[in-house]
Amino acid sequence: MHVSAFDRYQHQHSRVHRLDPRAKVLMTLFFILSNALLPDGAWAAFLAAWGLALLAGSVAQLPPGYLFKRSFIALPFALAAVTVLFTVPGAAVLTFPLFSRTIAISDAGLARFASIVIRSWLSVQGAIWLTATTQFPDLMHALRHLRVPRLLIAIISFMYRYLFVLADEATRLLRAREARSAAPVSGKSGGSILWRAKVAGGMVGQLFLRSLERSERVYNAMLARGYRGQLLTMNPHVMMKRDWQELGTAVILIALVQVIGRLF
Amino acid sequence: MPIIHQTGAQEQRQTDNRAGLSTLLVERLSFSYRDGFQALKEVSLQIAPGEKVALVGPNGAGKSTLMLHLNGLLQGNGVIEIAGLPVVKENLPVIRGKVGMVFQNPDDQLFSPTVFEDVAFGPLHMGLPEAEIRQQVTQALSQVGMGGFEDRLSHHLSLGQKKRVAIATVLSMNPEILALDEPSAGLDPRARWSLINLLRELPLTMLVSSHDMLMVRELFPRIIIMDEGRVAADGETAVLLADAALLETHGLERP
Ligand SMILES: Nc1ncnc2c1ncn2[C@@H]1O[C@H](COP(=O)(O)OP(=O)(O)OP(=O)(O)O)[C@@H](O)[C@H]1O
Ligand SMILES: [Mg+2]
Repeated sequence: MHVSAFDRYQHQHSRVHRLDPRAKVLMTLFFILSNALLPDGAWAAFLAAWGLALLAGSVAQLPPGYLFKRSFIALPFALAAVTVLFTVPGAAVLTFPLFSRTIAISDAGLARFASIVIRSWLSVQGAIWLTATTQFPDLMHALRHLRVPRLLIAIISFMYRYLFVLADEATRLLRAREARSAAPVSGKSGGSILWRAKVAGGMVGQLFLRSLERSERVYNAMLARGYRGQLLTMNPHVMMKRDWQELGTAVILIALVQVIGRLF
Repeated sequence: MPIIHQTGAQEQRQTDNRAGLSTLLVERLSFSYRDGFQALKEVSLQIAPGEKVALVGPNGAGKSTLMLHLNGLLQGNGVIEIAGLPVVKENLPVIRGKVGMVFQNPDDQLFSPTVFEDVAFGPLHMGLPEAEIRQQVTQALSQVGMGGFEDRLSHHLSLGQKKRVAIATVLSMNPEILALDEPSAGLDPRARWSLINLLRELPLTMLVSSHDMLMVRELFPRIIIMDEGRVAADGETAVLLADAALLETHGLERP
């Protein structure tokens, strides 16, 4: 039983896949930073940034529409910005009554909201591009080379490793519950909502306890193999001339997007 | 008294065997868990270099608890010596290099993203140079028949593969003693036999806890039976397995 829903790596042999992971992390970071820095309503620049994402996707030989489709997971989070529709002052484009008051959506508010949604959606495409072209361990090594604190990297690595184990464990628990949730031939079963909620709560608790016990056993396994509070790794990565070149190209393209954002 | 078996494995480890030193010595070891439960009661045993010993007994007998003492993960009252070196705090770094401990659940043992990183973890934290680490990893993986799996992600392996890699993670540290907790549990017959063959060929001192009496009979010349935190019997496998009354008292079956 393997839950592999978290594995986003796409096996290809493109030049992007062969690139040093550091270069890719930096490209993605610059891309996200650039999106964040674009002014509201810089539609031409947003379009250019999207073009960049499409280009990156096709160079990486990802299936067409891959980045686009997967990036929708970001949309619910962008809804957090929905209040700017009403709070940014500007000419009203739409008014409607709400509890004996009138609420207005301003044009500036609309432009800012749309910009926020587009920015986050573009940035998520960048992140998906990175994880689709870089194996997870390489990503961690890249972060190590980029001086991200060791502890943070260790935490992310463990999370990645045990996400699968936890998901498997959750699947097992669910299955065990299902196997014992027989229904009488006539009519409904399963008890009241409250009762169901209690079962679900108990399962979450189980999962937590199991993880806690596991963490102790894993720590023991690490101690047994000489761990003394410092995680070490080897570094097989070297930035080649080619990596620098491609990183340079990406930086220039991203700068171009910025220029478009300021001019038009 | 333990029966000392002279096997070919011994010549290369002769240096540790000065003046008849045991590779593993446990003397009157008692241990209680934090909740007050006494899991070990005056356990004593000795294992000679190169000897392969099975540790059997019913659930809750204290086998895993004893294992955890061998490299100081738990510390009880009594004496434990590994190759003449007492298991005390100052010696732990050295001891942990000498005792290769494999836990029952390979998901606890394999905590790194890739197989390579997991097998390299021990030698890396023992401070070996990189070239040597790589060589150890390659050698350990090919010893367990998992050569070429270096870059695979641990969580995508099958249980049998995980168990093999788990053993490789300690072989790469060049241990003197291999302490395995229920290595054959959950394996299908073929995986189990290849594990048995693997363990047979490894020239190391071994203490292996198991409920798999067939494996015990095939592999281990000597058995230690534990029950309720005590050593209930210690002797030649053929002799103990012939004693039906003894087996029944301790909830064991004949293979
Ligand atoms: N963390 C703990 N806290 C309290 N008691 C424990 C703990 N771990 C184990 N025990 C108890 O110690 C006793 C010995 O447990 P141990 O795990 O060593 O048995 P075992 O011989 O390995 O059994 P099995 O064959 O089931 O693996 C058991 O009665 C168990 O309930
Ligand atoms: Mg046990």
